[in-house]
Amino acid sequence: MSQVRVLVGTRKGAFVLTSDGKREQWEINGPHFAGWEIYHMKGSPADSNRIYASQTSGWFGQVMQRSDDGGATWNPVGNQFVYDGVPGTHQWYDGTPHPWEFARVWHVEPSLTDPDTVYAGVEDAALFRSTDGGTSWQELSGLRGHGSGPHWQPGAGGMCLHTIVLDPVNPKRIFTAISAAGAFRSDDAGTTWTPINRGLTSDGLPDPNAEVGHCVHRIAMHPSRPNTLFMQKHWDVMRSDDAGDSWREVSGNLPTDFGFPIEVHAHEPETIYVVPITSDSYHYPPEGKLRVYRSRTGGGEWEALTSGLPQRDCYVNVLRDASAVDAMDPCGIYFGTTGGQVYASPDAGDSWSPIVRDLPAVLSVEVQTLP
Amino acid sequence: MTERPARIRVVLPAHLRTLAQVDGEVALELGETPTQRTVLDVLERRYPTLRGTIRDQVTLRRRPFVRFFACGEDLSHRELDEPLPEAVAAGVEPFMVVGAMAGG
Repeated sequence: MSQVRVLVGTRKGAFVLTSDGKREQWEINGPHFAGWEIYHMKGSPADSNRIYASQTSGWFGQVMQRSDDGGATWNPVGNQFVYDGVPGTHQWYDGTPHPWEFARVWHVEPSLTDPDTVYAGVEDAALFRSTDGGTSWQELSGLRGHGSGPHWQPGAGGMCLHTIVLDPVNPKRIFTAISAAGAFRSDDAGTTWTPINRGLTSDGLPDPNAEVGHCVHRIAMHPSRPNTLFMQKHWDVMRSDDAGDSWREVSGNLPTDFGFPIEVHAHEPETIYVVPITSDSYHYPPEGKLRVYRSRTGGGEWEALTSGLPQRDCYVNVLRDASAVDAMDPCGIYFGTTGGQVYASPDAGDSWSPIVRDLPAVLSVEVQTLP
Repeated sequence: MTERPARIRVVLPAHLRTLAQVDGEVALELGETPTQRTVLDVLERRYPTLRGTIRDQVTLRRRPFVRFFACGEDLSHRELDEPLPEAVAAGVEPFMVVGAMAGG
């Protein structure tokens, strides 16, 4: 029987949760890297035993960890992230030029085909790549060197590159998203980049339709339809059917279209999930009810999924990297909260139960479906 | 007469002891005058996983929330190449790498 491994990064360590295909009984292993912030962990699609983790601390900086045995043991790998050439400046919160400074790795994205190749999205926003299993890292500086770079500004959480989506059909195509610069696409394996923000509207900008400056929170893609992208923006849930060249809003009947994560069902490319959050001023669910919303129409029409989720007095948040889907049938959906719960649904969102309730605040959730 | 290499005692904060996989103090033998720079150079050579956790790997600037104490003094703002106190050089007192109390 297949097995599921859920990788949970928290404010105070990493946890590995495992279950069989029923996804009812769970074994919880951890904390690994106790006391450190684990922004993200993700396994290689080409080798499920290979997992990369970003371990950070306000005191001791960035450490990168690698496991070659499915998360049982870990070894530190390279942690030197040096911007290519003269780093230059971006805009600071007050509009003044601010030098690019490395702070941490927000997201790791292993190659779809090579376990030794992995991408890292960092703060201050840049994309790095390792081709030696994380030992050394080189910046793909065409992104930061895009002409708009000096005008990028940080979001409230810092100026971070938090989303990396690899095209499974076209290996030269990479999508990234930066808060608060927007979404970008490369069609030459990361050498050059184009902003893909046409159709996004952000009322907080002097020009709401600006080429860059949008606070994109997350982009999701179904591997069978790499030209269709779904986006949770700061406000608005968006959809593109031309690889980001244009976007249209699909927020529809959501109670609020503010939120962080967005996911696509593993087997239904038009079934998507979001977790509506009241607003950017209230980082908790509307009415104290934790609801996942599912659309089976690729957006526009949404239904609330509440069975097993707290429907009163719930004031947690779900962060942008804190949800994932497995590849089982039926598809499993997972998300973690800032209150330390990790919820799982083994039936595509119809019913939910907590795998674990009292972890530190959850920063990231990823799932591996194992043979 | 050959000068004996200085034997320096270094105390690391708990998280860095875990990362370096050491218990208690670290003893380092230096073939040169003990300074912040030479102690950290030898420490990082012995424990490569500590690279970047105490000071930036390129600029060698101390990380903002890391401090260096010895002999009841805060040496954090001393010059990198200033000799450490004699008691540290003689191995009587440890060179302490401290995670600052910060974060509320």
